[in-house]
Amino acid sequence: MKFRAYLRSLAARLLRRARVEDDLEEEVRSHIQHRADDLARSGLSRAEAERRARIEFGGRERFKEECREALGGNFIETLMRDLRFSLRVLRKSPGFTTVAVATLALAIGANAVVFGILNALILRPLNVPQAGSLYAVQNGRGASYQSYPDYLDLRDRNRTFDGLAAYGISGVALDTGDNPARAWLYETAGNYFDILRIQPYLGRFFHASDEHGPNSAPYIVLTYAYWHTHFQDDRGVVGRTVQLNRHPFTIIGVAPPGFYGTLLFFSPDFFVPIVNQQQVDGEQLLNVRSTRWIFETLGHLKTGVTPAEAVADLNSIGSYLARTYPKDEGPVRWSLSRPALGGDFLGRPARAFVAALMLLAGLILLAACADLGSLFAARAFDRSREVALRLALGASRSRILRQLLTEAVMIALAGGAVGLWGSVVLLRGLSVWRPLTGFPIHVPVQPDAKVYGVALLLALVSGVLFGLVPARQVHKTDPYQIIKAGSSRALGRVAARDVLLGAQVAICALLVTSSMVAVRGLVRSTHANFGFQPRNAMLVDIALNMAGYTSDQVSAMQKRMIDAVSAVPGVASVGMVDNPQLIEGWNTTMVFTDKAADLRPSHAAAEPVRYSISPEYFRAAGTALLAGRTFTWHDGKDAPPVAVVNQEFARKLFGSVTSAVGGYFKRQNGTRVQVVGVVENGKYTTNIAEDLQPALFLPILQSPSSDAWLVVRSRSDPQQVAAGIRSKLRDLDSGLPIFLETWDKAMDGAMFASRVATVSLSVLGMMGAMLSITGIFGMAAYSVGRRKRELGIRMALGAQRKEVLWAGLGRAVKLLAFGSTAGLILGLLSARVLASIVYQATPRDPLVLSGVVLVMSLLGLVATWIPAQRALSVDPAKLLREE
Amino acid sequence: MSTQAQLLPGTLDLLVLKAVSLGPLHGYGILLRIGQISGQALLIEQGALYPALFRLVRQGLLKASWGTSENNRRAKFYELTAQGRKRLREETDGWNRLATAIASALAAQRGEI
Repeated sequence: MKFRAYLRSLAARLLRRARVEDDLEEEVRSHIQHRADDLARSGLSRAEAERRARIEFGGRERFKEECREALGGNFIETLMRDLRFSLRVLRKSPGFTTVAVATLALAIGANAVVFGILNALILRPLNVPQAGSLYAVQNGRGASYQSYPDYLDLRDRNRTFDGLAAYGISGVALDTGDNPARAWLYETAGNYFDILRIQPYLGRFFHASDEHGPNSAPYIVLTYAYWHTHFQDDRGVVGRTVQLNRHPFTIIGVAPPGFYGTLLFFSPDFFVPIVNQQQVDGEQLLNVRSTRWIFETLGHLKTGVTPAEAVADLNSIGSYLARTYPKDEGPVRWSLSRPALGGDFLGRPARAFVAALMLLAGLILLAACADLGSLFAARAFDRSREVALRLALGASRSRILRQLLTEAVMIALAGGAVGLWGSVVLLRGLSVWRPLTGFPIHVPVQPDAKVYGVALLLALVSGVLFGLVPARQVHKTDPYQIIKAGSSRALGRVAARDVLLGAQVAICALLVTSSMVAVRGLVRSTHANFGFQPRNAMLVDIALNMAGYTSDQVSAMQKRMIDAVSAVPGVASVGMVDNPQLIEGWNTTMVFTDKAADLRPSHAAAEPVRYSISPEYFRAAGTALLAGRTFTWHDGKDAPPVAVVNQEFARKLFGSVTSAVGGYFKRQNGTRVQVVGVVENGKYTTNIAEDLQPALFLPILQSPSSDAWLVVRSRSDPQQVAAGIRSKLRDLDSGLPIFLETWDKAMDGAMFASRVATVSLSVLGMMGAMLSITGIFGMAAYSVGRRKRELGIRMALGAQRKEVLWAGLGRAVKLLAFGSTAGLILGLLSARVLASIVYQATPRDPLVLSGVVLVMSLLGLVATWIPAQRALSVDPAKLLREE
Repeated sequence: MSTQAQLLPGTLDLLVLKAVSLGPLHGYGILLRIGQISGQALLIEQGALYPALFRLVRQGLLKASWGTSENNRRAKFYELTAQGRKRLREETDGWNRLATAIASALAAQRGEI
């Protein structure tokens, strides 16, 4: 009832504001007239009577204001008045306003960007219907890889999934009529689109009913983006036949626009049925249980089934598999993960990194709030005369506080708007950014309503946060004292501000530390020993499978290619490897000691990274041979099996390099292999921050691979021999899809994570540094300004420059020292988070430590320079004469 | 002026309700009526009446309408609503109880304890 009356009066106030105002005015006038009538009757002149009546009525505006308040609906009107007043005040101090808005814009912008990434990669589910019940299956160490026979068993034996789909990722050569171009695809199970419950944009999808054994379904479903860029939105593309690795495939449909496959940061160009795997990869893997190449297996849980029940179901299938195929299957623990980030294997570091970034961005915002809080407190102190005057004139304290808060929130909203605008531009840019040339990395971080909402919320919260800092000050203001004493009261207690500033400096020092660690890591990684020399080496990716060669033709063709390229002028040596180090991917294999009888996976002595190489490979790659010999072309199919291993492998299986040469180990199929040489350790997978790994090199004739790369070491600039290589290879087979790149450039993928980390940490570090400059500057300038008179007197009494400086800036310097130390300690503690991404991340590096100290002292110097000059230029005579 | 007493907080509303209960009045009229019925013993700042009136209207205890006063001037007249009448009864009872209690407490003599 009361509330309804309130609402009604609120509506009335808003709708008929002018009328109510007139009403009020007229009522007051009527009162005064009536009173004047009475007074006139008692004998006063009319003019005198009206004057008396007005005086008797009392503070007209004050009562009118109270009436408005009593009437309700006042909030908006007061707000409007506060807004107008705040605008006037802020316009009068453009410097302060600009600094405050810019500080917040940076801080809120950083938060919006990081939240945009967090939102897109972690919070937002895959863009498919009912994504909530969609899970990926993973086994063992967080890897989601399966073999095709395993996938079939999982699909057919589980009772908890509403169907299971699977996909692998591969690169192919697609020839649409002119030149074969490289493209990336998903080899998907026939039921893939049906399980994801999506509908084609054009044409049709393939289904489980299209699968009739190996190579029975030569169909292509394009992604919308690829159709748009490569087929110019041509609707007639459905039904067209194209050449995929020289096999005819028919385009049957186009996927809907928002669907980029089921891996967020990797968008394929098209989808083909998994049963055509052999045409895609060149090697038949559908019936091989030990090769795990399917990237992910995923499906919806049946309604009512909990993830725990599904895991139990998977474990029982797992133990069945281990029982039935002891040679191929080890006892592994199964688990579920969310798709989109490729299970825990990629997802965990990605999540950790984004969470760490979010934390740092939050710290930036906190630092900015602390910064602005102390600025506002200082301002409120300077305005204490104004506040006192307004209090004396009858304004209530809450009214004044409200106005100050309005000012703060206005600044916050302005900063938030600018920051959000910047972050939207940045996020849009990120979304279309293709950081790696040969690889469709895709970061779909389009900002959505959630990002806008969070930015707005952060702006409001931070506005209130730093707007409330001066609240206590206003609350304690005693107008009588202040007006009596004049503006130059003693500094008073500013302990809260000191704590704020100290915390801010600590946060900034932490940010500076982490960015220094990251930069140092990146610098180190470029000088790291990779176990090969990427400089002056050219990689030539000649996937013979893409050119339609069958396995038995491959070896001879590879030998011919090596010979042909060796003859190109300027080429020093040519090697071949199935998968160059630190490029797209890697293979591992299990090895056993020579004495092992039980060859089940759980008894493996090591799981080294495995390479198939040609005899000249080590020379071409620049890998140092430490002992023994490398391969020759005589290490062929009929010769005894041999291998070259790295130091780590030798240490793990044989104890030392010398005892490794001539020693034997077993592979999973029981073959005894003799170690003939040992090479230096290196970096193998796609992450240069990896730990020491064992590696195994096998002769390419004994372990053939149709997808191989030539490593060409040139005597001079590798670009100069590129044309020669290309024409020689074209002479051999004019239809070969050839991809040439320097090894340095091709390694971008391996460096990507740590480069991204370095760039983002450096940006945050820079922001932190800027914030601490403004914070310390504000504090120092303010404290010098307030104590000018005291400094003047000290000087007049003969204080030295040093003493004056210390009196003026001592507090700021102490805060800087305390804050930096605290930040540095925090940085040391947070090193573990960094270590997973940044190469050899450790802040215990003397260079990093001294760097941080240097940077923080420099920041302090920059920030206190102007206030120090001001303190020293105090002229006591002039100052004392003035006041 | 020493015969006049300051209003206790919260009593202005009660006085206004009482004054209006005797017939519709405009603002100045309410002041006169209060003076009249209290024997000129209470001091009310003239302007302070209006926030109270607005508050009572908002609470639905009074209703207001424009009319013409005895001086032939336009004025806003206030009268009690049914709710206001009920509130006046309740407040009067409450006040009487309080006044009696305070009076008897203050009248206590040494011998009565």
